[in-house]
Order: sequence, then C-alpha cells, then structure tokens
Amino acid sequence: MDLSYGAENERFRQEVREFLEREWNPAELDRAAMKDYVATFRQKATGKGYLYRAIPKEFGGSEQPIDVVKAQVIREEFARARAPMEVGGNGMNMVVPTLLERGTQEQKDAFIRQTMSGEYVWGQGYSEPGSGSDLASVRTKAVLDGDQWVINGQKIWTSQGMDATHMFMLARTEPGAPKHAGITYLLLSLDHPGVTRRPIKQITGGATFCEFFFEDVTTPVAWQVGDRGDGWNVSKTTLKHERAAIGSADGLGHQFAQLVTLAKSVERNGRPAIEDPLVRDALVRVEGWVLAHRYSSYRLFSNAAAGEETPMVGLMMKLLLTEIGHDIAQTAQDLIGDEAMIEAAPPGTKGRGPEKWLDQIMGSLGNSIAGGTTNIQRNIIGERGLGLPRDQAMGA
Amino acid sequence: MQFHLTEEQGAIQDAIRGTLADTLPSERLHKFVDGDAEVDRESWDALMALGLGGLMVPEDQGGSGLGLLEAALSVEVGGEGAATGPLIGQMLAGLAIAQGGDEDAKAKWLPRLAGGEAMASLAFGGDWLPESWDVSESNGRVSGRVRFVQAANSADVFLVGLDGERLALVAAGEGVSVEPLDSLDRTRRQSALVLDNAPAALLAANTGRIFDATLVLAAADALGGAQRALDMTVAYAKEREQFGQPIGQFQALKHQLAQMALEVEPARALVWYAAYAFDSARDDARRAAAIAKAHLADRFVSIGRAAVAAHGGIGYTWEYDLSIWYRRSLFSRAFLGSPSVHRERAAKLAGW
Repeated sequence: MDLSYGAENERFRQEVREFLEREWNPAELDRAAMKDYVATFRQKATGKGYLYRAIPKEFGGSEQPIDVVKAQVIREEFARARAPMEVGGNGMNMVVPTLLERGTQEQKDAFIRQTMSGEYVWGQGYSEPGSGSDLASVRTKAVLDGDQWVINGQKIWTSQGMDATHMFMLARTEPGAPKHAGITYLLLSLDHPGVTRRPIKQITGGATFCEFFFEDVTTPVAWQVGDRGDGWNVSKTTLKHERAAIGSADGLGHQFAQLVTLAKSVERNGRPAIEDPLVRDALVRVEGWVLAHRYSSYRLFSNAAAGEETPMVGLMMKLLLTEIGHDIAQTAQDLIGDEAMIEAAPPGTKGRGPEKWLDQIMGSLGNSIAGGTTNIQRNIIGERGLGLPRDQAMGA
Repeated sequence: MQFHLTEEQGAIQDAIRGTLADTLPSERLHKFVDGDAEVDRESWDALMALGLGGLMVPEDQGGSGLGLLEAALSVEVGGEGAATGPLIGQMLAGLAIAQGGDEDAKAKWLPRLAGGEAMASLAFGGDWLPESWDVSESNGRVSGRVRFVQAANSADVFLVGLDGERLALVAAGEGVSVEPLDSLDRTRRQSALVLDNAPAALLAANTGRIFDATLVLAAADALGGAQRALDMTVAYAKEREQFGQPIGQFQALKHQLAQMALEVEPARALVWYAAYAFDSARDDARRAAAIAKAHLADRFVSIGRAAVAAHGGIGYTWEYDLSIWYRRSLFSRAFLGSPSVHRERAAKLAGW
C-alpha cells in the first residue's frame, strides 16, 4: 500500500498550485466584481483542464481523460486555496450527466453550457406527497397535445426550488402501463403561469426546499429525455451519478476536528471537558468510525484509480456518513449542554457560540432522508451487497 | 496511490482460507473444542507449511521478509477459520528476534520459527500494557507469573514481557512451568506461565513497536472473526424459511444484516491502514494501532451477539459453529486490554 500520489502527480500538483497562486487572488473585490472574477477564473481553470473534466469541449468543458488521482489533486489544491470549483447543485450533478448519456444533440446544445455557467438552476421534480421511497408510483400526469406535453400535478422536497429556473421531472405518461413502465423523464422551464411554488419551512427553521404545483404547464416534446415510458431507467442514470459523488471524508474529518475543539473549549466540573474520561472515550469511539469511513474512501478511490470494480463498501458510504453524523450530533449535544435549549444565531452571524452546533445536530437529520432514506440504504446493502432475496412488495 | 489489495496479497489470503477449510473443517473444529488438545497440529502444520511462521522473518533468515500488512491479512483469515495455534505469537516472536535478537538467538530460532519446527507464544503479563509488565530479570534469569499464555504446553519458546518495558525470549524447559486454565475460547487454550529463575535472552527490540504490531494483528483476527459470523448469518438467512419465505427476505432481518455489514466492511480499511502505518513508520502508527484494536474488538463482540440473535434457537446452541466464534469474540475483546483502555491511550497520544 502506498498513499503517496507519485512523482508525476506531484509535478501536476505543483502546476495546479502555481496556477492558483497566479489566478486566484480575490481579496478586496466587492460583491459585483466578485461574480465576474469567479466566472473568468472558472473559464481559465477549464482552459487548463482543471474543471468540467467530464464535459466535452463542444459544450464548454475541458474533456480530460478519466484520471481520479489528478481529479483528487485538483480538489485538494482548490480546497487549500479556497478557490471555487464547478458550479454545484442538481444541474451539474444530475442533469448534465444524464444529458451526456441520454440526451439529444439539441438538448445538449440547449442546456449544458447554461447549466455550467449557473444561468440555469435545476430543481429535482421526483418526490410527490404520495411518492417518497416508492418513487415509481408518481402521479403527476403529462398528456401529449401536438408537440407539447401538458403537465398537471404536484412535486415536493425540491432543493434550491425557490431559485430554480428549470426542472427535471418524472411524470406519468402511460396510465395503463405497469408503474415502472409508465413514466417519462421531462425537462421544463419553470417560467410558466401554471407553475406555483411555495417554500417549506424545515425542522431547522430554514427553508431551503419547496413544493411545486402544476396546472396545464407545457413543455416541448423535444425536451423529453430518452424514450416515452423509459423515464424510470433514465432517472436511475441520474441517481447513480448522485451516489457517485463521494469525497465526504474531508468534510467529516473537519467536523470531527471541530468536535475535539468544542470538547477543549467547554468545561465539565470546572475543568476542560476533554479531560473527562467519558468525553475522551466518546471522542475516540466516534473517531474509530470517522477513520473507518476515511480509509474506506481511500479504498474506493484506489479501486477507481486502478479501474477496478467498486467493492461492497461503496454501497455503504452514504449510510455510514449518516450514522457518523448522528454520533457526532449526540456527542456535541452532550458537550454543549444547556446551550442546546437556545436557538442558534443564523450562519454568518459573528460571535456564534457552542449553540452553532445545532446546525449540525439538526442538519445531520436530513442525511437520513435525502437521496434515499436510511431504510432504503439498508435494503440496497442487504439486497445488492449481501445478496438477500428482494422484498416482493417493492417490485422490479 | 494504492490502497487496495494486490493480487499477491489476495492470493496469500486465498491459500490460507483453502488450507483451513481443508484441514480444519467444522466437524474437526468441534472435536477439537470438545477435546483436551492445546493446538490442532494438522492444521497448524499446514499453515506453517505455507510459510506463515516466517512471514515477517527476513529472507536471509529463512523467512519471506513481508510486512505487517501481509501478516495482518494472514491473521485475519486465521480468525475467519478459527485457527487454533498461537499464530500472532509465532509471527511476533519472529519479528522481535529479527529486530532485537543477538546472532545466537537469530540462528537458533528464526529458521525454526519460519519453518514451523518451533512454536512461539506471547507472555506479556501485567495487565497487557508494556508499562505494567512485571516479570523480573536478574543476570539473564527471569522470574514471575504471566497469567494468559496460549498453547503454553506446546510452545517451544515464549516472548516474555519484563519490567521496565523490556522483552526477552525464554525457552520451554528449565525454570518454566505451566498451569492450564479453563479457557472460555476453546480454540485458544490459555495457561498461566510460571517462571522461576528461567534462563532468558534479552531482546533489544523496540517494545512499543512490537506491542503496536500485536494490537494490529489482534484487530485483524477480530475482523476475520466478525466477517465469519456475518457470513454465517447471511447464509442462514437465505436458506432458513419461515412463513413460507426465506427469513432474509423480511425487511426486519435484512436491515439487521445490513447494519452488521456496516460494522464489518468499513472496518477492514481501518485494519489495513493501521498495518500500513506501522510498515511505513508513519507518525500516527501507534494511535492507528490502538484505535484499530479498540474498534475491531467492539465490532466483533457486537457482530457475534447480533449473529446469535438473528439465528434464533440454533445460534444459542453449543453444537452450532457460531458458539465458537462468539467465544472467540469474548477473548478478542479482553486480549491485550479492553477497548476502553486503548481508547484512553489514543486520547493521550493525541495530546488531549
């Protein structure tokens, strides 16, 4: 085993570092100037082959050969320089990969550049009030009228929903077909009088997602991705891309380091809490899991770099991250004590005290739900990982 | 960047797995558990014939000069197969002599340990940690009592912990007597070793490093045991039917099994890292060993208990294989110090 990246990649690291020193100096720019500066920076970085590596040049990407080690070096160096990487969100993570695999030339031309630039913001139109884990039961209906789909129904839990300009949606188009075969994957503009959206206030007190109502909303047939009735398979491509987005080990490591800092800064019985044997034991207990997660991500990374099959642990990373997040939350709540009875000042507010851990304590709950609930993850591990027989009720 | 097993490393594991399946199948293992022998000689000799005794012994001393990682991968499969001999002791004695023995000790023991003609066992004493070792030494002779020593009547030589955090080799014979204990883990028979002015050869090995290596191997053994208990349970859930379907189809059990797998599979990389950190003498090697031992010992006990629960009645019987691995998990938890002891060490090592 060898955790070093090798001489060639270290040379590449040096090159990336020099580029960042030269091109990323945002100090003292005001807000308006910053936006242009970031856009220009991203263009230069793409020109060097550092960003949008999986996107063909004809759509404005840098079209680089797959190289997970170089990609990791780029992530590390950009993080170190606090420089922005690609525009994030559903658009880059889900829509663009799906279009590259399943879209028409016309769709790729129409959407990829605008998504990369952040001009188009995509909301995910999957879940409905009656369709959560049983996603294939969606009831939002699309009916063909000439060369337009006419959409009626409701979608919910849409992240970035209030900012979204567009949506990618699963709609029922073949009412007589079996549930998985009656769905079509549609793109639509949200700039339509039949679209109503409402923010949903969350348990955290914030509102980062919302619900949508559709009344005779139209979208061109040319914006349908894949075949009519094949939307379930098209959406699976999308989810696979979402699950492939790992890279969370550094985030978790950072969170654990902050937990240790918290334990040093609060007191128990007049001494720093970190001197308390129970606190020390709890911290190392959590650290065992944090490190198991980190080294498993090295393992996945190494397998991917060698072009080898993903081991079973790949199916576990999301659930593992979720559970460790809960453990950190419990430990943090223990440490902050009575501060957990006070509402946290909003992020960005100066002088936030230990109560700021409520962001993590509450936020970690979301991991059990978003992107496939914890119980669905357990089904996946049990069935795909351990080869246990499928639950009959859950169908294909 | 390479953080997955090479083909060769996988081949080492496969060879050991196959050897144990052939020489120590379930029926033979149960006979051994119900009998009085300390070591199942046939399977032990077969493992030694594979070269496990000399894995970490330098090539010019008759070994294969591999690292702790390969040793851990081997011990892991030993744990999976409930190997009965003192595999960890054999490997560590080889390492300690290679690193700290004089020419006499090297010439006398290394080729024999590597070839399996001699058997070595650990006799650390105290409450396991080097600072608590309490066998005393004077003029090359040692005296004291070490409570938990595996296969003590069969071993030819002991790696003994002395006061002052020192290590010595003591050969069976003069000044050495054995008091067998009624061992809970019947695949790893323990005895008290009584040393009365026994001749000893002091080793100039780095005690802390040897102890770290022991922790990593113990963690690897626990990983193998946990994996075996999980595999057994998954196989049973596919085959056992109730209410007209395999019980593994019921979501309640499926989720329990997924949760068990979540304890085992990510922990594998923790063991790999600890071994790798030792081999490349990284700064965090000592902490990594402590955390790996604590984490894996907890996982093995937790998996053992969950496995029994998932099986139902058959899992609670003596005759079913699970009884053997559950008992091994209780040994693993206590051996070398319980998880909380090593968590506290890890906290100290972090400077907390």
